Amino acid sequence: MSLNTDPNFDRPDDFYQALIDAHAGLTEAQSAALNARLILLLANQVGDFDTLRAAIAAAREALD
Amino acid sequence: MPSTYKAPEYPYVTPPEIAAGGVVRTQVAIVGAGPIGLAAAIDLALQGIDFIIVDDNNTVSVGSRAICYAKRALEILDRLGCGEPICVRGISWKVGKVFFHDKLAYQFDLLPEPGHKRPAFVNLQQYHLEEALVDRLAALGHAVRWRNKGIGIEQDADTARLTIETPDGNYSIEADYVIAADGARSAMRDLMGLEWKGQVFHDRFLIADVHMQGEFPIERWFWFDPPFHPGQSVLLHRQADDVWRIDFQLGWGADPEEEKKPERVIPRIRAMLGDERPFELEWVSVYTFQCRRLDRFVHGRVIFAGDAAHQVSPFGARGANSGFQDTDNLCWKLARVLRDQSPASLLDSYDRERVEAAEENILNSTRATDFITPKTPVSRTFRDAVLSLSQRHPFARQLVNSGRLSMPTTHRGSALSSLDRDVFAGAMVPGAPAADAPVRVRGGSGWLLDEIGGHFDLLVFGPVAPPWLDELQRSLGGEVRLTLIVARPTDNATAGVRVIEDVEGLMRQRYDSVAGTVYLLRPDQHVAARWRAPRLVEVLEGLVRAQGRGGH
Repeated sequence: MSLNTDPNFDRPDDFYQALIDAHAGLTEAQSAALNARLILLLANQVGDFDTLRAAIAAAREALD
Repeated sequence: MPSTYKAPEYPYVTPPEIAAGGVVRTQVAIVGAGPIGLAAAIDLALQGIDFIIVDDNNTVSVGSRAICYAKRALEILDRLGCGEPICVRGISWKVGKVFFHDKLAYQFDLLPEPGHKRPAFVNLQQYHLEEALVDRLAALGHAVRWRNKGIGIEQDADTARLTIETPDGNYSIEADYVIAADGARSAMRDLMGLEWKGQVFHDRFLIADVHMQGEFPIERWFWFDPPFHPGQSVLLHRQADDVWRIDFQLGWGADPEEEKKPERVIPRIRAMLGDERPFELEWVSVYTFQCRRLDRFVHGRVIFAGDAAHQVSPFGARGANSGFQDTDNLCWKLARVLRDQSPASLLDSYDRERVEAAEENILNSTRATDFITPKTPVSRTFRDAVLSLSQRHPFARQLVNSGRLSMPTTHRGSALSSLDRDVFAGAMVPGAPAADAPVRVRGGSGWLLDEIGGHFDLLVFGPVAPPWLDELQRSLGGEVRLTLIVARPTDNATAGVRVIEDVEGLMRQRYDSVAGTVYLLRPDQHVAARWRAPRLVEVLEGLVRAQGRGGH
């Protein structure tokens, strides 16, 4: 499985709002914890290490 | 001082060389009589190799130190003839529990599969283990030269020369080879100026042996951030004689001398126990840990083993356990080289295989340490996220790392292994340590691993012996022990071929075998080669390769 970066959301705007709403009322530390938990849950859903590694590289790309 | 154990004081004996002129010649000099040096001495004694073993002290380890002996180490100790007293005295365990805050995050069972002689782990104080090894060596007619300290080492093409300091003065040992098993602070390593490369972790741990009548079950308990020791981790583990090992993570800022004082230690233990039950402190130490190793373990005629060659953090019990695998790997090779049965280049395979194992152990140990001691805020955030998810979501338990417990290394790319040409399933690939199984042999029940090792073993899966077995026997002259594996009793005895019954069919299963399958095993019980129905020439080629006689 390779990393799919083509559009794949069935409800993109709803997802984005849900993501932001999930952080409502949280401190910065709590938000960081939520993000970490979310990443781990999604990473397990993907499972495949090559795909995860490609996603990590793509996420890091703009920051170096 | 321990109330449950009185350390033996072994006698110092003036070495005869001091009076007689100052030099003694032997085949192998072993520096260090800790678990690894002693195991090497026993192994060489069993093989009839002449050796001298020296130690700068005159007793066993102070404090419990290495306490967890893994299945593979126990199997090696069995081959050396001292597994039984260690297992009888020790505490067998296989369940580990991990707690986060005040709740159980998850638990694991290390050996859910029956049909192995030895359990996943036996816990025993290092001093008990060392004493058992000293006793075993004595039973074989050998003694350690206590209070003999190696203070100099030099070598040329033929000889390694050790300078030994004793209470009566100095003398020299000339040896074909030196095994440096003098521990993490190896003097041999320093004397040779060898670089000790790796990572020191910025954390301190308090380690305490506590004598008490505990009601904790015989399990490994690991807490992350418990209420009784906020922000840090704690490990509780049972040893023999109602002695418990407790490790408290202290952080880098802790003062080691202050933290060792009973008035600091006792309240920590009291908070952990949460009640007023009586206990006694037997031993306290504060340690930092390191993951380091030598680039190479073989330096001419000086060969490093155990902590002298590689050091890991204690989480995962990969120190002593990998040390036993070092000598297990080394001694048969050394014996063959000393008997001119194999070229000295066979020792290169020790270097490659055990460096490979050290890398694997250091990788696992470093990862566990990064999880236990997160180095950055984000690392801690992810660590705590894993732990908090693990209580409800099974997937996260895979990521919890309180130490990946010692497993033997499979030497996949070893020059001594023959690549599979036939198709096999399962774990018994060339380079893997042989799996145990219940067997029937000599009319009684037994275990496969008690029947192999110390020699090259050829296991031929019956019901009938292949036609070339006679010829193989003639051409090898007893160098390989031949065994026919059968499912049920047979009268088809062949002279010189031992018969082992695979009573539960577990060998067949674990070795993915059918009639005609053949396994060649090394003296350290690792698989060297396997075939579905080999010709004689293939078996002989596999043997030549496994003995390092192939040329590369």
